[in-house]
Amino acid sequence: MYKRILVAVDGSVHSKRAASHAVFLASASPGAHVTLLYVLDYDKTRTDVIHSLSSEELHIDRKNKIMPIKELFTDKGIPSEIKLLHGEAGPVIVEHANKENYDVVVIGSRGLNTLQEMVLGSVSHKVAKRVHSPVLLIK
Amino acid sequence: MNIQSFKQQWFGNIRGDILAGTVVALALIPEAIAFSIIAGVDPMVGLYASFTIAVIIAFAGGRPGMISAATGAMALAMVLLVKEHGIQYLFAATILTGVLQIIWGYLKVAKIMRFIPRAVMMGFVNALAILIFMAQVEFIFGVSTLTYVFVGVTLLIVYILPRFFKAIPAPLIAIVVLSAIVITMDLDLQNVGNLGTITQSLPAFFIPDVPLNFETLQIIFPTALALSIIGLLESLLTASIVDDMTDTGSDKNREARGQGIANIITGFFGGMAGCAMIGQSGINVKSGGRGRLSALTAGVVLIILILVFAPLVMQIPMPVLAAIMVMVSIGTFDWGSFKYLVKAPRTDAIVLLVTVVTVVWTHDLSKGVFAGVLLSAIFFTAKISKVKVQKKGLTSDVENIYEVQGQLFFASVEDFTTYFELNEMPNHVTIDFTNAHVWDDSAVGAIDRVMLKLQEKGRHVTLTGLNEPSKKLLDKLAIHQEAGAKSPLH
Repeated sequence: MYKRILVAVDGSVHSKRAASHAVFLASASPGAHVTLLYVLDYDKTRTDVIHSLSSEELHIDRKNKIMPIKELFTDKGIPSEIKLLHGEAGPVIVEHANKENYDVVVIGSRGLNTLQEMVLGSVSHKVAKRVHSPVLLIK
Repeated sequence: MNIQSFKQQWFGNIRGDILAGTVVALALIPEAIAFSIIAGVDPMVGLYASFTIAVIIAFAGGRPGMISAATGAMALAMVLLVKEHGIQYLFAATILTGVLQIIWGYLKVAKIMRFIPRAVMMGFVNALAILIFMAQVEFIFGVSTLTYVFVGVTLLIVYILPRFFKAIPAPLIAIVVLSAIVITMDLDLQNVGNLGTITQSLPAFFIPDVPLNFETLQIIFPTALALSIIGLLESLLTASIVDDMTDTGSDKNREARGQGIANIITGFFGGMAGCAMIGQSGINVKSGGRGRLSALTAGVVLIILILVFAPLVMQIPMPVLAAIMVMVSIGTFDWGSFKYLVKAPRTDAIVLLVTVVTVVWTHDLSKGVFAGVLLSAIFFTAKISKVKVQKKGLTSDVENIYEVQGQLFFASVEDFTTYFELNEMPNHVTIDFTNAHVWDDSAVGAIDRVMLKLQEKGRHVTLTGLNEPSKKLLDKLAIHQEAGAKSPLH
């Protein structure tokens, strides 16, 4: 089955749902390894830096956001790692997924920002269209 | 985060840097002109500054991929100097700003930056955004109906067009299209040329025409000091943002010195003081700029465009420029602050508001930062100056242990002394300092006073649990052990 699984996370409810499906998927295939990819866009980066006292504190804040999701995997004994990348979510996920050749990419169908989705089109749509490996879209 | 090698900083991303630098140059032109207008100087002053600063920072800066040029924060701080003493004093102040920044750099200013609370940083960017917006009001409101139309159309273009088309910056498209409409239809709108001239020449070296005496120094020093602080604050904040965006490290103290060098040279070439730009650096990184080559490209392309298109640049209608600056101010504002105001501790929220109000009131960002830092220092002192004394529940009437908790220093000694004055003490008193720290001579004085008063009443007092630094301070300063010492009279 799927050995190398990429899950796009952003701390939203949808991405948590995507993660729990990835748990389901990974527990069905022994030896699976999960990468949790968190993409920080540039405007978010600006706000984060202004709102934090130091880069160390910022680092901890971001990890804390993803830790509950990582624990879903740890609880089931599935090895997982967190990956933080900067840039526009859609293109960055596509680039990373294609470069690393994952067996499957799991992504929630709606991220944090409804307005953005309306005008820009959804990140999941871009990912589904451009990633070479199979994409599991979680509604 | 590692700082990249020299070769990586210059030639690690040639294609991306040149493309992004060109995009930045296009976005810089309207801002450089608008900031010159805010400062009350000819557009050339801001354009020359943007050219020299961008180019020099490419070599001297500590944060590759960051864009520095003439900025709004700096322009606002020089308005008064220009108005009262003229442009030559601005050039002199710009040189002095650079000198001060180099000194700050050698004093390791990056470390001092850690003392600036986040509420003050938020206040800084928000106040900056508000001031940039306020500077546009006179060009937008109450001019003419046609002005409103052009402002509206410009805003529509800059906010909606990028959704469909991203290759060319939308503000540039707005400028070109709307200027063309104004020129061909011969519409009656104020343009950049009405507010100053743009010359097709390279900046030249000259020494500012000011008398070299103490009086000149008195005139320019306050402005230069404010400029040096504002410039470094925005530059180092921007550097941290670029660090985070690109996941690479930077040398903040070198950046501070680089900003200084850039301002000194700029002052000698007829430019106004500048610093790093949060917005432009963001545009650069987003467009793929990473290395020093991007800043160099931005400066060089900017001056080439000015040399070639100066007559057309003068035709840019003011409503279009003002609308673009409204977009810049909306982009500068930290919208997350509203959420912060609700969630943050009340004291932090007050610090943020006081910073913003002070800046908007004085039009000087450095005063706002000063007020904000001072206020948060007071709040911090108030917060940690709570000292509690707790009586251990020993049932004995002859002895008891009193536990002191907190930081004992000038602001907190009163809680400590009043406790021992108001409460009846047994014959044997042990004061336990395990959970306390004695910081200064006020604290030692307070301990002295309490002990002497108790000893006068015939109580036996023992001090325990003092940590090493507290004990040292007490041994050095306290007088209570000396035989026959009298209690002070107060």
